Amino acid sequence: MSGVKRVSWAEIRLWRAGLLVAFLALWEVATRRGWIDKFFVSQPTVLATQIAEWVWSGFIFRHLWVTMQETIIGFLLGTLLGVVVGFLFAHWEKLAYIFDPLMVALNAMPRVVLAPLFILWFGLGLLSKVVMVISLVFFVVFFSTYTGIREVDRDLVNNARILGATQRHMIRHVLLPSALTWIFSSLRTSVGFALIGAVVGEYLGSHEGMGYVISYAESMFNSTGVLAGLLVLMAAVIAIDVALKRLDTRFSYWKPARW
Amino acid sequence: MVGHDRTGAIVLEGVTQRFPLPREDREFTAVQDVSFTVRGGEFVSIVGPSGCGKSTLLGLVAGLVPGTAGRITLDGQPVSGVNPRLGFVFQRDAIFPWKTVAQNVGLPLLFRGVDAASARARVAEWIARIGLTGFEGYHPHQLSGGMRKRVALAMTMVYEPEIVLMDEPFGALDVQTRNLMENDLLEIWAQFRRTVVFVTHDLEEAIALSDRVVVMTASPGRVKAIYPIDLPRPRSVTEIRFHPEFGRLYETMWTDLKDEVRLGYERSQKGLMG
Repeated sequence: MSGVKRVSWAEIRLWRAGLLVAFLALWEVATRRGWIDKFFVSQPTVLATQIAEWVWSGFIFRHLWVTMQETIIGFLLGTLLGVVVGFLFAHWEKLAYIFDPLMVALNAMPRVVLAPLFILWFGLGLLSKVVMVISLVFFVVFFSTYTGIREVDRDLVNNARILGATQRHMIRHVLLPSALTWIFSSLRTSVGFALIGAVVGEYLGSHEGMGYVISYAESMFNSTGVLAGLLVLMAAVIAIDVALKRLDTRFSYWKPARW
Repeated sequence: MVGHDRTGAIVLEGVTQRFPLPREDREFTAVQDVSFTVRGGEFVSIVGPSGCGKSTLLGLVAGLVPGTAGRITLDGQPVSGVNPRLGFVFQRDAIFPWKTVAQNVGLPLLFRGVDAASARARVAEWIARIGLTGFEGYHPHQLSGGMRKRVALAMTMVYEPEIVLMDEPFGALDVQTRNLMENDLLEIWAQFRRTVVFVTHDLEEAIALSDRVVVMTASPGRVKAIYPIDLPRPRSVTEIRFHPEFGRLYETMWTDLKDEVRLGYERSQKGLMG
């Protein structure tokens, strides 16, 4: 079948915007006319006002900043830990064999359920959320580092050996760069996990951060607060994702564009 | 023409390589009882049907893998592990995709601890020699297949190894690029006179380039015959093919090779590679 037409991006964008506007309009009208109770689903105009108020008063930035701190610190530590352990495991096969069941078991465990324990152990503040984030990020990075080093091109390793590479050269010039592409390919996943970890941690026990804002609004039966909080989080995630996409293309400068 | 006093002599005596076949309770013999000598500075090609263990043989000489039986010596010293006096050009261009042309060519010098200033000079010299001046800052994916091969060649030659092993280096190139590369290789070889062991399945290429050609049997690979190539040098690979002697050599060697090629093909069809 040769009926494949090239998509027109202008048209696609128009459709997207149109659908969004239609959805918001329907929502607004439905709640105004009383087809749906505003108490449960809030209202677009009310939401917009709420978010504007938060931004205007600076209230939201304080909480967003707390969440970002937890996300970033936990992400960096989790990534570092994942890279180091992944490297060690790839390097000493015995280590990988010994700890394989443990890694699989720990990874299979739903980390979200651990959040209350972390809060019990590390308190209501930053630390418990950072630990939560680490527990999520570590495994993503660990597995991609491990695979990245195990899957390194054998010809490149052999070539480096013949060219006179020492153990350190091999790590620095062959294994790390090769693993880096895998780590970067999982970066967007792990950043997403990091944010989830931080928000869930806050949601279950804290006195600041986006998770707290949502949880507080929820306890007041304030659907506007919950939805507004979610929208702010969504915007933050999209911003981070765009930034990471840029970073990825910067770091993968040596890869052919079609990869 | 070839001095016996040159360094870079390779002696293979009864070299055998077997691999266990994991799911079948037997071993696969890749190379069996191979013996021949390469003199220092000589250009020797190894031809044989695919799967005859040509590449395995190179891996053994390079010390990348330990052999099952037999002895390989380089200038009288037994091979035990990777030898720094040796260069290897791989079938796929094993250059580092995250490094630029200049960084790739300079890598062996960096590994060998050559000081930065003289390394830079040697890298520039070799980049000029392979005609890639102006491309120093390019990454491999921005280059053509022929250019990447040149980088691989420069990367091997920049540290002036005494022995250069080449595993079907030009197999993936189109015919024109390939002939250009072959001529470049001959020129470099004439200038530096390193020992070259060149693996190929292309008989014409082997004859055009070499001082001697080793013909291998279908697997398990054994030496079937060794032919001296008394064609005049310097050669151009595109013109030497019209030399009357070339045709005669080709015919004799092809009679040797064709049975092996057919045998190798039939076996591979039946999946009886043991």
